[in-house]
This record gives sequence, structure tokens and C-alpha cells, in this order.
Amino acid sequence: MADTTETLPLTAEKGRFSETLERVRRSSEYVVMPILALIVSGILFSIFLFALGKSPVDFFSLVWRGGFGTSFSWQNTLARSAPLVFTALCVAIPARLGLVIIGGEGALVLGGFAAGAIAIPLIGVVPSYVLLAVMLFASMIAGGAWIGCVGALRHFRGVNETIASLLMFYIAVSILNFFVEGALRDPSDPNKPSTAPIGSENMVGFIPGTDVHWGLLVGILLCGLLYLLMNRTTFGFAAQIAGGNLRAAQAQGLPVGKLMVISCAIAGACAGLAGFFEVAAIHGKANASLIAGYGFTGILVSFLARHNPLVIVPVAIFLGGIAASGGLVQRRMDLPDATVLLLQGLIFLVLLVSETFYGRLPFFRSKGAQ
Amino acid sequence: MSKFQLNRRSLLQNSAAGILGLSAAGIAKSAFASDLTVGIVYVGPRDDFGWNQAHAVAAAALKEVPGVTVVEEESVPETIAVQKSMESMINLDGAKMIFATSFGYYKPFVLDAAAKYPDVEFRHAAPLWTDADPKNAGSYFGYLDQAHYVDGVAAGLSTTTNKLGFVAAKPIGTVLRNINSFLLGARKVNPDATVQVIFTGEWSMPVREAEAANALVEAGCDVLTCHVDGPKVVIETAEARGIKCCGHNASQAPLAPNGFITGAEYKWETIYKNFAADLAAGTVLPNFTGGGFDVDFVRSTPYGAGASEAAIAAADAARADVTAGKPIFTGPINKQDGTPLLAAGANLDNYEPSLDQTDFLVEGVIGSIT
Amino acid sequence: MGDDTGLMTVLLAMFAGAIRVSTPFLFVSLGEMLTEKSGRINLGLEGTLVFGAMSGYAISYHTGSPWFGVLVAGVAGSLFGALHGYLCKLPKVNDIAIGIAMMLFGTGLAFFFGKAYIQPSAPRLPALSLGGWSDHPGIRQALEINPLFLLGVGLAVLLWWALKNTRYGLVLRTTGDSAPAALALGININLVRLLATTAGGFLAGIGGSFLSLYYPGSWTEGLSSGQGLMAVALVIFARWNPIYCFWAALLFGAAGALGPALQSIGISRGYHFFNAAPYILTLLIMIVSTSPKRSLKGAPGELSITK
Repeated sequence: MADTTETLPLTAEKGRFSETLERVRRSSEYVVMPILALIVSGILFSIFLFALGKSPVDFFSLVWRGGFGTSFSWQNTLARSAPLVFTALCVAIPARLGLVIIGGEGALVLGGFAAGAIAIPLIGVVPSYVLLAVMLFASMIAGGAWIGCVGALRHFRGVNETIASLLMFYIAVSILNFFVEGALRDPSDPNKPSTAPIGSENMVGFIPGTDVHWGLLVGILLCGLLYLLMNRTTFGFAAQIAGGNLRAAQAQGLPVGKLMVISCAIAGACAGLAGFFEVAAIHGKANASLIAGYGFTGILVSFLARHNPLVIVPVAIFLGGIAASGGLVQRRMDLPDATVLLLQGLIFLVLLVSETFYGRLPFFRSKGAQ
Repeated sequence: MSKFQLNRRSLLQNSAAGILGLSAAGIAKSAFASDLTVGIVYVGPRDDFGWNQAHAVAAAALKEVPGVTVVEEESVPETIAVQKSMESMINLDGAKMIFATSFGYYKPFVLDAAAKYPDVEFRHAAPLWTDADPKNAGSYFGYLDQAHYVDGVAAGLSTTTNKLGFVAAKPIGTVLRNINSFLLGARKVNPDATVQVIFTGEWSMPVREAEAANALVEAGCDVLTCHVDGPKVVIETAEARGIKCCGHNASQAPLAPNGFITGAEYKWETIYKNFAADLAAGTVLPNFTGGGFDVDFVRSTPYGAGASEAAIAAADAARADVTAGKPIFTGPINKQDGTPLLAAGANLDNYEPSLDQTDFLVEGVIGSIT
Repeated sequence: MGDDTGLMTVLLAMFAGAIRVSTPFLFVSLGEMLTEKSGRINLGLEGTLVFGAMSGYAISYHTGSPWFGVLVAGVAGSLFGALHGYLCKLPKVNDIAIGIAMMLFGTGLAFFFGKAYIQPSAPRLPALSLGGWSDHPGIRQALEINPLFLLGVGLAVLLWWALKNTRYGLVLRTTGDSAPAALALGININLVRLLATTAGGFLAGIGGSFLSLYYPGSWTEGLSSGQGLMAVALVIFARWNPIYCFWAALLFGAAGALGPALQSIGISRGYHFFNAAPYILTLLIMIVSTSPKRSLKGAPGELSITK
């Protein structure tokens, strides 16, 4: 993931104006290429639909209507994209170090579980802002520790982080189920094993004028903060150097282990926050509904955003919109649920392949670098 | 809670007779007269050969009603997604009636949506509605444990080892109730019978279900049944191991031509046909409709080759008894840990609301909830 | 029930489970091993496995021949493998990311076209009864073995031998260990990797068809519980050695049987963790057996995940 950085080598010999122009032109590559990739995947998917005897025009107009076309569609889309922002950050931050974490779902599940579990003795005892603050920290600590472990295992034991995080997802699910169906089960609801409900008076509310909870705004702010951390601080630069070449970074005396563990812990804390909002804003309690695949869709979001925290927000909204329109597509076109999965896979593939064209299309090529 | 339960119990009996008081709140008859759009939400694929398919096939009855349009959405997880899908049906398709077919949809999603859209009717497939809930919401359910009881009677006379096996998904109320009724049926005709239960932890996990079935056979069980989303694997494994089996959810008779005894099936079509008739007549759907053999909401699969004469006779008699309202839970019954549930001579009505909240296994069942 | 009987039941169940459940792991891990030996990683084998399961079942249903289904599953898998191999040779394209995308894509395709095959009953693969010598019904049952299992064992041995002793094995190992060295020897690296990934996809497709056509023996969307991804972990602790892949697959199968087997003798408390045994075990083995100081023995030098 070394090639996903925003910084480009500058050509110093130009005048300032033409230099700026040059930079804008070359930076525009990062906007134009993904859009081109989206168009190409749209065309490929249209061919697929056409071959099945379905109308691509209907399909894309329904995607537009269901995801973005009405004010309700926007609410739907935004509500679905909120958790994706957090889980995408769980992939993006370690990616700067060249780590591929695919088990963010595990941190989400444990974060949500920790929030639900720690609330049990406090419900009705402390005011809601205290309760929510405690739950918030619990979820961040649980998620952070979980993925932090993945980073530590990678650095201190050389255990591959991709596989380890996936294995730990399955383990996180068994931890959740063990407690939620066992010691921490709320006896008043035997039909859906859950922790005790925190009560509607304690729940995180909606952003005024919408039915989207505050998590989305927190997620957007977090993206901004983490962008600054990764691009404007020594920590971020060190992480980028380590991501570029681990051995060289070690040789230069960078604390690679610390960088890895901290990045992974931040990542896990982000996913844990997703779990917190699921519990505190949606379900009101921790249960197996936390395992909804947000962590896995987050992988897609982060890769499409090229692991740039600022780009994660629009990409999460884009994918949230596709998810939101999936229902409408099913209802109107009689296409199965897997249609959205297929479209996502196709977009992902084409976007990854588009990486290969960066710097190779004549328009974006630096004249000085020839 | 107990107050509502009492109310609901009386309501239930009323509803079986088709008389409904409470529900009319604010809904004009004409709302249902013509051009009604009905939305149905499923938690998994509509053709899963299990729970969702049973609903989808039965709900097709609604499509026959003139003026009724049915829109369906599958694989909607029990998260904010289901609330948004229901709202999408309301806002974009103009749905005025929603059927939510998965257990975890009810709280908080169906309740929230019902509060938000008072002119839309919501019905949910589990016995959860109480008269404290919005009047435009409601429940419909078949009490499958009655059919599992009949299975148990047939199984109790089919075993030579006196060990029956039960592959169960999760230890939730409905599942535990089915296990208990299966055991009570078996004990009714065979006091030495035990039921060995294995929880797989997931509603659909085919490899583990097959392993569980095999493990039960190794442990000496010679009749198997199950409560998982798709019973196909368990039934086929039992057949391959040369033992007998009882079905669940839908007819599995063709999957086990030698060992199939009988099975517990929902008869959702009765419920959906009743709904269709109500819609055609322009009457409001009941808030709570539930029942078993007495109202034809559940049925036994026709006997297979594994059913002996004695088993058929006993099972027929048991079904006649239950249909006539004879209780399944007749004392003395102890819970698994030896604490008494019912004293000798005491019994529980088959629609006793506390049974919806089953959080125990009865004596004779081997395997623990946690 | 005495303790001895209980223990025997569990051991027998784990032995039987190892044989029943290991075959898909074995095929996918051998496929992944081949791919990784060439210096690439393919995380997309999960999607390949699921598509193989679907296509194998569908073809068996339409043609009545389960073996033809297995073949088609393999061919479909090799198409996925070839696509992966082709895309990864493009500059700046990351093999891990492509793998994740292929997983999504393969699963999506399988679910999309698999709807019609959930309900029909397709002809299943037959079993060979190798336990006729025993009076114990449990042992006889455990030795009801599918020919694919034996094929997999044979393949493991063959690959082990071929990697060591043939020119093809040498070319593959050199490509995976050091691209510059391979170039110096005049090896077409991209071609070798393309072929290795294609062969890997073929094996993963066959692994999938075992799931749908033998055990548990039907097509559903929940059929794979991550077997394709687990195989990647399995290859790492099998040290890229085909024979170890076989033992590792058996271990996974046995671990998967542990949860249900313990519950069958009445030990249910904590069954969630017993059910997660394969994952916990893999993680522990990886923690114990890897080292940050040196590359893993047998690890291909070009492989991104071990660099």
C-alpha cells in the first residue's frame, strides 16, 4: 500500500504558476481515475444486466432514486453509511504502514459488546451522559486492544496481520455469544439473547432534522482528525516511511513496533466506536445483531478511498447509497439480493485495476518527469 | 409484564375466533379497499428452503387479492437496515402494510417504524405484540411446539435406544420450547426417553449441523430432529446414517425415504390466506393472531416410511388431544436442574404466555443452555 | 455414561470429523500453497470455493453426473484463478486487495446464479466403504471415505515429490523465492505465476464442490464458513509443505468436530468456544510457530505476506 500516498514528487525547475497548474492537473488524476473506474464498472455491469434481459437504465435510475433521489433516500443512505465510516478507518490507518486488516468486524463486535456489558451495572444509576461516556470509552478500549493485539502479534511474533485479524473476528463472535447467551443475558427477553437495554432515555439521539444518529458526524470529524494525524504529524510521517519500506524504517531507527501497535489500536478503537453507536444509537443493547457485516464492507470503502481518511466519507456515502437502493432494485426489478454484492465486487475489482493506469495516461503525465 | 400477558392471552383466544377489539384505532375501512401495496421483509434469501421460503410461498396468497400489490425484499439484516427498508417501502413504493418476518425485527425496528408511520399497518411473525405496543403493529405466529410434541410422541415409540437427538440453532425461547415439547411428547409414551440437544450457535451453518447430527448418532441417538433454518442437512445425515428422523419448518419427507417419521411444519398459508381475506373484505387485520393445530396454523408432515403403526396411532391421538386443547405441559414436570416446574396434577395451557418466555430445559433433556 | 465411553465418543467423532471435514481444507490449501509458492497470495479462494460449490451442484443437478460437476467446479475455479493471476501481473496492483475483491465478486456471482439450486436435490458423490474389517459401527462410519479425500492425499504426496524433484517444481520455487534469480534463468515469471494461480483456483473449485456434493452435501448460501480464507492460514502453518497441508487439514477437521462431539456427551458449557476451536487453534499455532526475527522456513521469498 506504499503507493497510496497523496504526496507527489515536485518538479522544482518550473515557475510557481505553472507549477501550481501542473500540480492541479496531476492531482486531478486522483479524482478522474476513480470516476473513470466507476464508469467502466457501470458499463460492465450494464452488459451483465443486458445479458440477463434486465434494463440497465432502469437499474441505475433505481439506484439513483433509492440512494440519492429523494430526501428520504438520503436519510436512508446516510444511516447506512455511518458505521462504514468507522470500519473503513479501521482498515485505512494500518494500511499506511502496509498492514492489511480484514477483521475490523471483530473489533466492532467486541466494542459493541463492551459498551453493552459495562452499561449493565450503571443503567439507571448514573446520568445518561456519564453512562454514554463510559460506554464510549469501553468500546474504544475493547476495539483498540483487540486490533492492537493484531499489531503486536505482527511486530513481536511475525504473525500475519490479515489472517490473525480474521481469526480473531471468529473468536470475538464466540466471546460475544458466550456472554450474551450466558452470564450477561438479560433474563427479561429470552427470545433474543442480549445484554440489558440501556433504555431509550439514555440512547444517542438523531442529528436534528434527520433520522441519522450523531455517529455519522462523529465519524466525519474523526476522519478529519485522523487525516491530520496521518498527514500533518511526525507520527503520520513516520508511519508512512515505515509503510514505504519497513526494513529501511527500522534501519533509520524508527520505532516500528510502537507505530504498528498504536496504528492498529487507533484502528480498532474506530471499529469499536462503530460498535458503540450500534449499541447506543440503534439497538440499545448488545446482541448478535452487531454481526451485520459493516466491518467487511469497511474494507471495501477503505480500499476504494485509497486509504485516505478524507475520501472515506464520500465513498462510505456512495456505498451506503448502493446498499440503500438495493432494496428498491430487488422490489422493482425482481433481481436477487446478491445483485448488490456482485456490483460491489465488480466496482472493487475495476478500481483496483485502475491503479495500474496511474501515471500512464498522457494527460496526467508530468512534463518535467519525462 | 404479567398484566399485558393476561390481556394478551384473552386476546389470543378472541383472535382465534376472528373477533378483534383493540386494533381498529384510527384506521378507516376504506384504507384497505383497493390499490393497497404490501411490503414483505425477509431476513435471508427468499428461496432458502427454510424459514424465509416458507413465508414467501405462503405470502404469495396476498398477491391473489385484487388491487393488492406485493413488494418483497430479502436478506435484510436485523439492524437499522430493516427499519430503512420498511420506510423505503412506505416512502418510495407507497406501502400501507408491512410484514416483517424475522424475530429480531420487532424491537426496536418495527415498534419505531409503527410509531413513526401511524397510518401504516405493521405485522410481525413472532408472538411479541402486547397491548402496550402501537395499535398499528401486531403479531402473527404458529405455535410449532404443538407439532414438535406430536413428533416427540412418534419418536418416543420409534427409538430402541431411548435416546433422541435434537440439533438446535440457538438457546432462545422458541427453540427451547420446541425441545421441551418434543421431550414431553416422547416421555408421554416412553418414560425412559431422553433428548440430547446440540446447539450449533448459528441459524445456518451446514457443516456444523452435519457434524452435530453425526455426533448425536455416535452418542447413540436413533431418532433425530432439529430447529435450524434449513433442516435439509440434518435430515439427510440421519438418513445416510440409517436412523429415523422428524422434520422441521417444512416437509423434508422426500429427503429421507427410509427413516422419515413425521415433521413439525408451520402452516403460514392459513395465516396469510386469512390476512388476504381480511384485506379483500376491507377489514383491519388482527393485532394478534396465533395458534396451533386448533386453528390450522401448524401441521404434521404426512407420515413417512419410518413411522410404525404404533407411532402413527399414538401421534394421531396426541394431535387430536392437542387440537382439542389438552395441555402438553402436565405435571409433574421438573426443570433440568431438578427444581419443580409443575406439581403432579397441575398443568399449563398450550397458549400459556409464560411459555413464550421459556428460558429453561425440562428434566430429561441432556445439554445445557449456556 | 462412563468417562471412558465419553472420551472414546469424542475421539472417534474427532477422527471421523477429521476425515469428513478436512477435504475442502486440503484442496484449497494445496491450491493456495501452489499459488504462494510462485510468490503470489490469493485471498480470493474463498469466493472460488463458494462458486465451485454452486457450479458443481448445479452441473450435477442438470447432467446427473456429480463427477462432471466436480470437473466443472474445477474449471470455473481455474477461470477465477486465471483472472486473479492476470490482474495481479499488472503493475501497482496489489494481490491481497485483488484477492479480497475476487472473494466478493466470486461470492456475489455464486449467490446470484445459485438461487435456483438451493432447493433441488442433485446427485451426490458416492463414498467408498473402507471400514468393512471393523465391527464397530462408528469406525465403519468414519471410514466411509469419499474418493476426493483419497485423491487429495495422493495429490499432496505428488506435489510434495514434484516440488522437490522435477524441473517444474524448481521453476515454481525459484519464481517464488527470487524474481531476479528466475529472470536470470530465463523464466517467464508472469506465466509461471499465472499458471500457478490458475491451478490453485482449479483445486479450490474442487474443494468447493466437495462441500456441496458430498459433505454436508447441499448448496446453500451459508455453506462455506470461511474455509477458503482459513486455508490461507493453514498454508502458513503448514510451512508451504504439501504433506504438512494434509496434516493441518486433518487437524482443522478434527477441531471442527470438537464442539458438537463434546456437546453429544453432555459437555455444553462454553460450546461457543469449542465451536471456535479451529480458529483459536490456528491463531495459537501461528503465534507459537512464527518468529519476527527470521523468515519462515519454506516461505517463498517473494510472498508479500511474509516479507
